[in-house]
Amino acid sequence: MAKPKVAFYWCASCGGCEEAVVDLAENILKVVEAVEFVLWPVAMDFKIKDVEALQDGEIAVSFINGGIRTGEQEHVAKLLRKKSGLVVAFGACAHLGGVPGLANFSNRDRIFDYVYHKSPSVDNPERIVPQEKTVVREGELTLPEFYNTVHTLDQVIDVDYYLPGCAPPPDLIMNAVEAILTGNLPEKGAVLSPDKSLCDTCKRKVTKPEKTVIREIKRVHEVMLDPEKCFLDQGIICVGPATRDGCGERCINANMPCRGCFGPTSRVDDQGAKFLSALASIIDADSEDAINKITDSIADPAGIFYFYSLPASMLKRRLDI
Amino acid sequence: MSKRITIDPITRLEGHGKIEIFLDDRGDVDKVYFQVPELRGFEIFSVGRPAEEMPRITPKICGVCPTTHHICSTKALDDLFKVEPPPAAKKLRELMYSAFMLEDHTLHFFFLGGPDFVVGPSAPPAERNILGVIAKVGLEIAGKVIKLRKECRDIITLFGGRVIHPVCGLPGGISKPLTEDDRQRIAEVAKGGIEFARFALQIFDDVVLKNKEYVALVTGDIYRHETYYMGMVDKNNKVNFYDGDIRIVTPEGKEFAKFKPREYLSHIAERVEPWTYVKFPYLRKVGWKGFSEGIESGVYRVAPLARLNVSDGMATPLAQAEYERMYETLGGKPVHNTLAFHWARLIEALYAAERMHELAQDREITDPHVRNIPTSTPQEGIGIVEAPRGTLIHHYKTDRHGIITEANLIVATVNNAAAICMSIEKAAKGLIRGGKVSDGLLNMVEMAFRAYDPCFACATHSLTGRTPLSVNIRDSGGSIIRTITRQ
Ligand code: SF4
Ligand code: SF4
Repeated sequence: MAKPKVAFYWCASCGGCEEAVVDLAENILKVVEAVEFVLWPVAMDFKIKDVEALQDGEIAVSFINGGIRTGEQEHVAKLLRKKSGLVVAFGACAHLGGVPGLANFSNRDRIFDYVYHKSPSVDNPERIVPQEKTVVREGELTLPEFYNTVHTLDQVIDVDYYLPGCAPPPDLIMNAVEAILTGNLPEKGAVLSPDKSLCDTCKRKVTKPEKTVIREIKRVHEVMLDPEKCFLDQGIICVGPATRDGCGERCINANMPCRGCFGPTSRVDDQGAKFLSALASIIDADSEDAINKITDSIADPAGIFYFYSLPASMLKRRLDI
Repeated sequence: MSKRITIDPITRLEGHGKIEIFLDDRGDVDKVYFQVPELRGFEIFSVGRPAEEMPRITPKICGVCPTTHHICSTKALDDLFKVEPPPAAKKLRELMYSAFMLEDHTLHFFFLGGPDFVVGPSAPPAERNILGVIAKVGLEIAGKVIKLRKECRDIITLFGGRVIHPVCGLPGGISKPLTEDDRQRIAEVAKGGIEFARFALQIFDDVVLKNKEYVALVTGDIYRHETYYMGMVDKNNKVNFYDGDIRIVTPEGKEFAKFKPREYLSHIAERVEPWTYVKFPYLRKVGWKGFSEGIESGVYRVAPLARLNVSDGMATPLAQAEYERMYETLGGKPVHNTLAFHWARLIEALYAAERMHELAQDREITDPHVRNIPTSTPQEGIGIVEAPRGTLIHHYKTDRHGIITEANLIVATVNNAAAICMSIEKAAKGLIRGGKVSDGLLNMVEMAFRAYDPCFACATHSLTGRTPLSVNIRDSGGSIIRTITRQ
C-alpha cells in the first residue's frame, strides 16, 4: 500500500511549531518512515507547483501552522484545503490566532506609521514607506500585500482537527499522527487534547478556591510567587479554569501562571468570557462597587484573557479599526 | 538585454525573504536587493499590555531563538522597574542563556552553514544538507549533535517550563531557584558540551583549514568587507552574551565607541527603503552613505565574528586559545572575511560551554534567593543581549502603572541587513560574469548570505528562520529559466 501523503506548511508563524516537530527527536524518523512528505518547506525541498499538480484530495493530511496575515498565506491555505483529505490547524496561531493575534487591537496603518516613522531609532525625513511595487533603476521590485488584521485558519478554510498549544507538545503531536495513520479519529472539529480544564490535572488544584476568597488581584512581579499554592488563591490571574488540559502544566511547572495557549474546552465558546465568569464566582465582595473595584485592578483584562485567542473570540478585533 | 536572478528562500508564493540580482547588458552583476517581505508589528500590539507580560509576548517573534527575546525582555524590565536581581538569579539567567547559545551555534555549524564546507561548496545541492553531512562525518556524530541539542533544550525547559517560548523571567529575578541535583546534571551536560565544541573545531581544522581551496575562499576578496563592528563586552572587554557595555570598533580595529544599553539611540539609527519591510540600522555618528563599506560608511556588522573583533579576547581559557589561533592564522585583528563567521561561531560555542560549566560549578547558584520585588515607579527600560545572530535591543516605555505605551525593537539579523545585501552583491559580482551562472557559483553566492545565519523570523518579527533557499534565474520578461535549490 502506498504511504499516505502529508504536507506541513506555515503561515504567519514564528518557527516554533517547526522546532516542535524537530523536538520529536527519534520519533521523527518513525513518522518519516510511515508517510510521504509532499510539502515541508523548512526541511525538504518541494514546491507549491508540485502541490498544484496533485489530484484534489490526494494529500491525506495537511498540518498548517500560523495565523493568516497576507494574501499569499490565504492562497496556500486554500490550495492545501483543496488537495487534502484532512486539514489540521497546528498550534495556537492557526487554532486561535495566537499572540500575534493581539495585533487585532491595532491595524496596518498604525503598525506602518510607528515602525517606519515614529520609532525612536528611525531617521526617515523623506517619510519613505515600503510599497507593494517599487520601480528602481534596474527594474521593478514587489512585496506581498499585508492584511489589516490576523485571521485564524478556520476563518479562511474548513478545518477538520486542531492541535492546540504554543507550541503543541511532542506527545500530543505523536498521538495525533498515530490517530490519523490508524484512522482512529474523533468527530470532525475536535481539538486533539483532553476535553477538561487545566485545573483538573494541576498539582495546585487542592488549594484552588471553590468559593469567594479573592479580595485583591496582584500582578506577577509584585509578589513572591508561592511554588505550591494555586495562583488564583494567591490573587494572581491564572487562566487555567478557562483553558483546555494537555500541556502538562508547562508554565505552572516553571512557577508561572497559565496564559491559555491551549484555548477553551468544547463546552466554551469564548475563553475570555469563560474566565471572567470563573473569576467573578471567587471574588469576595459584598457590593457591586466592591466587585468593580477588584476587577478594575486587573491590568489589561482584554489582553490577558485573550492572550492567545483574540482573533477567535467574540470580540475578534477592535471595532473602530 | 538585462537579466534578473531571484534568490528566493522558497519561491515567490512560499516566499519569506528573497534576493534579487540584476545583471547588466553584458551579463555582469549590476545591483543586488535583499528583500524581506513581511512584518508583524510587535511594537504596536505590545502597547496597552502590562510590562511584566513582555517576556511572554516577545519570544513569539521567533520560535528559533525565543530564549534570546525572553532574556532580553526580562533585562529591559530590570531597567524599567529599577530593580537589581539577586546574584543567583543573574547567574541562572546566564546559565540558561549559555545552554541556548551552545545549542544554537553547534546546530548551525553542523546542519545549516556547515554543509557548504563539510560537503563542499560546489557539491550537488541534493548532498549539500544535513544528510550530506551525516554521510561525510558519520551517523554517530549526527547522533551527538541531536543528543547535545536535547540536553541543552531540557536545561532551558527546566527553568523556562517550555523550551519554545520560556516563561521564567521576572523583573528583579527569575521564577524559581535551582536544586542541587539539577546543578550537578547541568555541570555534566556542560562538560560534554566543551568536548563537543572542541571536536567541532577539530572538524573545522581538518575539513577547512587543511584544504588550500577552502582557505583561499575564506581569505579571498570575494567574501571580504571592511566595516565597523558592534558587540557586547564585559568589564575586561571580553566577549559576553548576557551583560555588559556595547563596543564598536572601526574598520581599522580601533575603539570607536563604548556605551551603556541606555545610550543606544545616540549610536544607532535606522534607514527605511521602499522595496523591503525591513529597516537598515547604521551608525548615527557616521551616517548613512548607502550600501557601502569603509570608514566613511555607517554600515556595521554584528554576530560571532563582530563580537570577536570588538573584544580583547574570550573570558574562558580554551576559547581564548582558539581566539588567539584564529587571529594568528588570519593575520590579526580585525578579521574582515565574512566566511570567518563560521569559525568565530565555533569559538563562541566553546566559550558558551565553558561558561556554562563555570556557572554550574558556582555554589552560589543554588541560593534560593532568586528575586527582588520592584518598588519604584516604572517609566522606561532598555535591555540588550547578544543573540546568536547579533545584538538584540528591547526598549519599552510605560505609564506609571507599568502599562506599555511604546516599544522599540532592534533585532539581531536586522543589524546585518545592509551588510548581507553588500556581501551578496560582492560575491555575485566576483563570481557571475558574462551571464554565466552555474549551480556551484550560485551556491557560492548564497554562502555569503548563510555565513550570517540570517533569521527571517527575527528580521520580519514574523517568519520562520531556517528556510530552504531556491534560486530562480529569470529572463528580462520575468519567466523562470531555471531553478536551483538548497535545503
Ligand atoms: S487556576 Fe492555575 S494554578 Fe490554580 S489549579 Fe488552575 S491551573 Fe492550577
Ligand atoms: S500552562 Fe497554559 S499557557 Fe502554559 S503551556 Fe499550558 S496551556 Fe499554554
